[in-house]
Order: sequence, then C-alpha cells, then structure tokens
Amino acid sequence: MNSKILHLTPSSRLLPNFWQSIVQSHLENAEELKAWLEINLDEQLHFTEHLLLITNRRLVYFCPDKTHADIPNVSVYEYAYQPDLKLLQHDHAGVYRLELFEHNLRIASWCYTLTSDTSSARFIKQFEQQCTSFITGKPVPAEATEPCPKCRYPLTAEQDECPQCSSEIDTPPSTWTLFRLWRFAKPYQWQLLAGFLLMLASTAATLVPPYLTIPLMDKVLIPYQNGVPIDTDLVALLLGGLLGSALLAWSLGWSKTYILALVSERIGADLRTITYDHLLKLSLEYFGGKRTGDLMARIGSESDRICVFLSLHLLDFATDVLMIIMTAAILVSINPELALVTLLPLPFIAWMIHIVRDKLRTGFEKIDRVWSEVSNVLADTIPGIRVVKAFAQEARESSRFREANQHNLAVNDRINKIWSLFSPSVTLLTEIGLLLVWAFGIWQISKDEISVGILTAFLAYISRFYTRLDSMSRIVSVTQKAASGAKRIFDILDHVSSVPEPSNPVHLDKVSGKIEIRSAGFRYGNRTVIKDLNLTIEPGEMIGLVGHSGSGKSTLVNLMCRFYDVSTGSISLDGVNIRSLPISEYRRNIGLVLQEPFLFFGSIAENIAYGKPDATRAEIIAAARAAHAHEFILRLPHGYDSLVGERGHGLSGGERQRISIARALLIDPRILILDEATASVDTETEKEIQKALDNLVHGRTTIAIAHRLSTLHKANRLVVMDQGQIVEIGNHDELMASEGAYYRLYQAQARNVDTDLDDVISNETIANKEASA
Amino acid sequence: MATINPNKDFTLARNPTGQLQFTDSDGIVFDNVYLVRAFPISAPDEGLSIISKEGHELAWISNLVDMPIQLKELIEAELAQREFMPEILRINQVSSFATPSMWDVWTNKGSTQLILKAEDQIWRLKNNRILITDKNGVNFMINNIEQLDKHSRKLLDRFL
Ligand SMILES: Nc1ncnc2c1ncn2[C@@H]1O[C@H](COP(=O)(O)OP(=O)(O)OP(=O)(O)O)[C@@H](O)[C@H]1O
Ligand SMILES: [Mg+2]
Repeated sequence: MNSKILHLTPSSRLLPNFWQSIVQSHLENAEELKAWLEINLDEQLHFTEHLLLITNRRLVYFCPDKTHADIPNVSVYEYAYQPDLKLLQHDHAGVYRLELFEHNLRIASWCYTLTSDTSSARFIKQFEQQCTSFITGKPVPAEATEPCPKCRYPLTAEQDECPQCSSEIDTPPSTWTLFRLWRFAKPYQWQLLAGFLLMLASTAATLVPPYLTIPLMDKVLIPYQNGVPIDTDLVALLLGGLLGSALLAWSLGWSKTYILALVSERIGADLRTITYDHLLKLSLEYFGGKRTGDLMARIGSESDRICVFLSLHLLDFATDVLMIIMTAAILVSINPELALVTLLPLPFIAWMIHIVRDKLRTGFEKIDRVWSEVSNVLADTIPGIRVVKAFAQEARESSRFREANQHNLAVNDRINKIWSLFSPSVTLLTEIGLLLVWAFGIWQISKDEISVGILTAFLAYISRFYTRLDSMSRIVSVTQKAASGAKRIFDILDHVSSVPEPSNPVHLDKVSGKIEIRSAGFRYGNRTVIKDLNLTIEPGEMIGLVGHSGSGKSTLVNLMCRFYDVSTGSISLDGVNIRSLPISEYRRNIGLVLQEPFLFFGSIAENIAYGKPDATRAEIIAAARAAHAHEFILRLPHGYDSLVGERGHGLSGGERQRISIARALLIDPRILILDEATASVDTETEKEIQKALDNLVHGRTTIAIAHRLSTLHKANRLVVMDQGQIVEIGNHDELMASEGAYYRLYQAQARNVDTDLDDVISNETIANKEASA
Repeated sequence: MATINPNKDFTLARNPTGQLQFTDSDGIVFDNVYLVRAFPISAPDEGLSIISKEGHELAWISNLVDMPIQLKELIEAELAQREFMPEILRINQVSSFATPSMWDVWTNKGSTQLILKAEDQIWRLKNNRILITDKNGVNFMINNIEQLDKHSRKLLDRFL
C-alpha cells in the first residue's frame, strides 16, 4: 500500500492526522480517496467524530468505538458502487442528514452539522460522479474550478467556501482597536505633529513657575527673615518670569487645544462618513440581522464618543504624561533622593489603575450594549406607532422602555460601585505621598542637605502632578469606553459584504437583458429557500412568476437584483456572471417595484427621481403619467412638490405603489422587476396601471410577480414556483391544457375572483382527496 | 382544528424506507411526512403538527401526553431524530470576548465547539433561558443561567 493515495489533488484539504493511518489501513491497493466528510453526529445526535469517505470504488464509513480509548477500535461499513445506489441530503435546523438508498430502500443515514469547511453539496456530486464512473467505466469528467468570488483564491471542487475569506471572518478583532484609528488620523499627521510640539512647549512652560519659587524662597524670603533686605530687582525679575511663563503657557495651551480639537473633530467626521458609506455597501443579509437602533447608536453616539475621547481625554492624558516625565526629570536634577521618595507612590497608583481597568472594561462594554437596547426599543416603536396605538399597547411599550432603562441602571450601578471607590483611593494615596515628602524633606533640611526653597518647589511640583494623577486615572474609563466604541465601529467596517464588488469587474456596454439562472440554490441562514433552480429569460421576454405565498418568488427577485448572492449555482446577465459586474452598474439596469413601497422624506418629485437625480421635470411627469400617478399627485395641495413623510405618510398604499412604479420607470431600465407591483390598488386603477405597464414592458426583460393571475395575461411565459423550485413553465394555454398546478390556481381564481392563492392550497388538498377517494 | 383521536382519525407508521407514513381517516396515504412542534422552545409538549412533504398540515396533536403509548414513542423517536438543540451544560473556554468567538462547550450531546458570529445571536428568553445560534445555524440552549457553574456564568456574562 502506498500513502500517496491519501492525498487528494494538491490544492484540496488534507485528511486530519487522526484518520490518516486508519484510512490507509483500510483502503485496498490502487484504491483512491476522492472526497471525505466528517460526520460529527451519531444516530442519537450526540457529538462524535466519524468519517465518510468516497473512493473510486465505494463509500466507506468509519466509526471509531470510543469505549476503549487506548485501542482505537474502528468499525467500518462499506458500500460498493452499484446501480440504484442513491445519496440524498436534506437539512433541518442546522442538522444535515445524508441518506443512502438502495432500490429505494434506505440502507444508511448519517447526520452532521456544518463545520468550517464541510461542503456536502460537492460531496454528493463527487459520489454521483464516482459511482457513475465506476459502473460505466468512463473517467470522471474534469471539473472546471471557479475562483472565490471575493478574493479570487482558486477553489477546488469540494470547497464551497473560500478558506481564506472564511478564516478572515472568524478571527476576532484585536484588542488594540484604538490604534486602528490611526488610519483615520493619517491624513492629519502634520497638524497632529504641530499639535504635539505645541503640547511639549506649553507643558514645559507650565513647569517654570514652581522652579522660580526656589530662588524666591532661598534668595529672597529666607534671607529677609534673617535680616537681609529684599532685593527688589531680583524680585521683579522673578515675578516677571512667573508672569511671562504663565502667559506663554496660556497662549501655547490655547493653540495646542485648538489645533488638536479641530483635527479630532475631523477624524470623528471622517469616521462617521466612512462607516456609513461602508454600511450602505453591505448586503441586505447584514441589515436583516441587525437592529436599526443599534446601528444608529454605533454610527451616531459611538463615533462622537471617540471624537470626545481624542480631543479631550487623550489630549489631557498626553499632556499629563508629558508633565510627569518632565517633572520627574526636574526633580531628579534638583535632588535625586527626595525625587525618589516623591515618585514612590506612582507605581502603586499605576497598579491600582490596572486592576480597576480590567473590572471596568467589561462593565463599559455592557453599558454600550444596554444603551443600544434602549435605542432599539425606540427604533422599534416609533415606526410601528400605528400598530402600537391600534392595539392600545402604549403601556406595554412604555414598560418595555422602562425595563431597558432599568437594565441600564442596574449595570451602571454595578460599575459605579467599583468606580466610586476608585477616585477617593487615589486621593488618599496622594495625601500619603505628600506626607512622605514632608517627612523626608524636613529630615533632609535638618541635615542641611537641601534648602527650604527646594522643599517648597518639590511640594509645588508634586501637588500639581498628584492632582493630575487623579484626573489621569479617569483616562482608564474613557479609554475603555472609546475602545469599546471603536470596536463596535470597526465591527461594521470589518464586515465584508457578503455581496462583494468583483476584483476584476467586467463592463457591459449594451445590455440586451438575457438572464440565465443555473442550478441556483439559496438559504437564509440555515433555511433553504431556493433549491436547484434553472431558468433562462430571453431579452425582452416577459415572465410571470406565480406560486403561493412563501414559495420564494421575492427571494428569487432578491437574487436577481444581487441583494443576496446565491449559495450555489450562478446567475448571469448576457452571459456574464452578475458577480463579475460592478454592483451599481448592474443595478442601474434594473427597475424594481417592491412589495412594500418605501418613500423617502422629501417631495414627490424627488422621490420619483430617486434613481436619476438629474431627471428633468418633463421626464418626471412622463413617468408619473405612465404609472398613472399624475392625476392624484395634481390633486395634492402642492402637486409634485408635496412633501411625503418618512414612511410616505399622507399617501395611501396604492398611491405609494404608483410612485414607486414611476420611480422604476424613470430610469428606463433594461430589466423591469415588478414584485406585486399592483397588489395594493383597486381593480380599476390596476387595470389602468396594467395598460401603462403593458406599453412599458415592451422591449424590456420583465419579471412580474402577481397573485392575481389575470394581471399576467401579457406574459410570454408563466413560471410556477413551489417551495423554492420551478414546478411548471409555459404560457397560459399550455399550462391550462396540462392541468397542473397552474390550472388549479387558475380554476380557483376563476371560481372566486377574490380567492387568495393560499386558499387554493387547501382546495388543492381537497381536490387530491376527492381524486383518490 | 379539533383534537384528533389518533386511532380513529389517522395512523402513523414507518414505511420500509424509514420515512414516516401517514394515513388519514379516509385511508389516503401520505409518505415522508414530518413532525413539527409549534412551540419548540416555550412549550415543547404542547402542539404538534404532522406536515406533509408538500408542507401542508395533515393533523394537529394538541398535547403529546394524551397520545397512546405506541404512537407517543414513535413520535418521540422521530422528534429526537429531527430536533437538534444541544443544551449547554458548561462553557469551558471562549477564544475571545470580541465576536466572532469560538466557544468550547459541554452539552448534553457531548462536547463540541461553536462559533458565535455576533453578540446578537444570543437571545435572552424568559425564565433565564438563553438561546445561542452559532455560525452554522445550530441552536444551543441554556436552560437556566442561574444553574450554570460560576466559570461558565462569568464567561457568558461578558457577552450579555
Ligand atoms: N430575510 C429572511 N430571512 C429568513 N427567511 C426569509 C427571509 N425572507 C423570506 N424568508 C422566507 O423565505 C421563504 C420565501 O419567501 P419569499 O419572500 O421569497 O416568498 P414569496 O414567494 O415572495 O411570497 P409572497 O407571495 O407572500 O410575497 C418564506 O418561507 C419566508 O419565510
Ligand atoms: Mg413576495
């Protein structure tokens, strides 16, 4: 037996060490390992480590017996390839199950959860290929490998997920997050340098006055007490020096603070806009999982907190550190022994700061989270205020808010307990430090080692910097707050869009509008919504998409718009994978009317021209006319200049819908997507819109979703979807003739015009029963 | 739907392929049906639905306790096969307090690792229960935070 067979193609994953020898001893000569899958659950769904292998001859299952840990006793089950062997996979709530069928009899099943690099879809494909090849004797066709859509790393056949990209996502952000702010500070490095130099100078200037007290004491006051008259010239010089240094410190301090505040304000603004820009680029998947209040808090208040931190706290802190260093240098130069005693309490205080810092950090992170909780309640309730009022739930919402606040209080209380102990302790240490200096100073004076002036200077210096220590200790908390704020902002910035821009974009000059969907699959989290869907839409064709609620119509549209990327398969426009087209360039070709129309705050004209801000008034009106919105707009008090609110308050559902139709029409797209575009208008209006749409649809690739089948009479083909799959394709007559799902839908609607498709389902079941009874 | 008397209204059995087979009162056979709990978290024993493979409800069982013992066993065996929500008994270690974070946990289903993508994947439910959805969509449950040991609680607390 040779060991070469254990290595798959060079670029693919290696079998874990544990399995290497076991597998090797079980493979026959010239048997090649083709693919493997770690089965991490047993029949009772307990976590274990089993292995499923595909070779060129058979499927092998290794199941080690864990009861004898020292002698790995491995049970091996094998299934030689033969016709009629089928491997099926399905998933539920994160658990995947592979079932092996022989002559439609289930002979084995295995369960596993997804781990970082398992990819069962490929595994099944491998199985089918190997099985077919074994039976027919034909070699397995070479598979084209696609590079990772994100980073262009070449992926092998059994990798669904790019190992580079996924490992990037799995590493947590480093704790030195604040240093990452340098990226934003870099453009201002010269101003920052100037500010720093000014800071050095102004700190030095503030240290002059205590130094001048030495000659003032030793050369003027003490000689005077001993009967020597005061030297007025010297006094004038010293006092002049005091005044001069104070003035200098004032002006330097002013310019330093001004420059640095200016810079930090700009850094804060950049941070906010860059984060917001990045946020806008993220896919719908990201927004789906995040709450508005939380995102608002991050971009708004967190960036402000960082800004205040930079301009105020960090600045003060740096000044203080500089001052301590300079003071220490001066003290040592005057008298090293006394300086040593003076500086003795410093390490203690530093140690204390360190201890408390750890305790506070978690607390502040918690406060941030609780704070988003509070804003989340607001962001939930305010847009939903109509529902709240309609169901008279004001009291409940109020108590929800109070609860969030209460939580906030509780967390704050806990932190304050530590925090309140902290400042007095620093003060106490300061007092003890002063006491030490007094005692040691008096002793030194009694030995004539230092003069009274020197002791006074020392006391003047340290009372300054001990008071600064107190405020310096505050840096602990503000740094932690700023760091956790920075982390939360970088969380957004670090998030790679799951719909990435292509690295080598392809530009389409003229789009004809041919859309091809090849074996597309998609899941929201662990829920599979689209399964192996194939559809080709010719340029200028109108497709009617029908199917009952929840069958995945809107999801398919989301995939076509690239709001999400397909998990498997591909979608291409004019033969080019839409992943390789620049996103905004691609979307410019799409006019979309959504199921839930959204209007921005602004005038109606602005809303219609949203996709084309430079549209002329004539264009806007033409679009509004086409969407049959013109007349009702004119009935509004300010016509096209009427303001509509955040959620289009003041307009009816149908009116909003028509404005969003006009918005889609104005950009004159090659592809028109209408997701229930006429769902909330009355039959009369619908007919009118329909007429308008019929003209506009002409020459454009159109995908129209409708529950009312009558609105799709113009469609070239109707696509019937059910549970994420296409069940029927054809025009109205063909589908009626085949008497399938569409026929039943149509019959149900013809019988009762108001029938919803959901009702049809129960009718369908009844029909089934009738048929079989 | 009114409460169903199982022996009269329907039968449930395993077919040769190992799938569940449902036969309704009219003798119509549905293969490959599956069972779902209506409130898997808040009231697992109340409300159980038998769903056809097309996704339509065939029967409603309002309380499992009232079922005949044989049927109950079959249902429970099937649910044990389908349901996967390991209960975390101890958190041994977390790779970092910033997400994404890899957790080393002991569950009632053995020890494993989970990747927490973001803090908002932790849901606080009523009665101190916690539901954690890992990166791959597997749900982990903590039945009562108070009953976790101190070490686990401390680690968990950093994420709440
Ligand atoms: N963001 C989401 N996260 C998780 N599941 C989702 C999400 N959006 C939709 N789904 C699920 O995907 C399935 C398909 O939804 P989709 O919106 O595509 O249905 P639809 O065919 O457009 O239905 P309708 O006719 O009611 O608009 C549904 O079961 C739905 O619950
Ligand atoms: Mg929809």
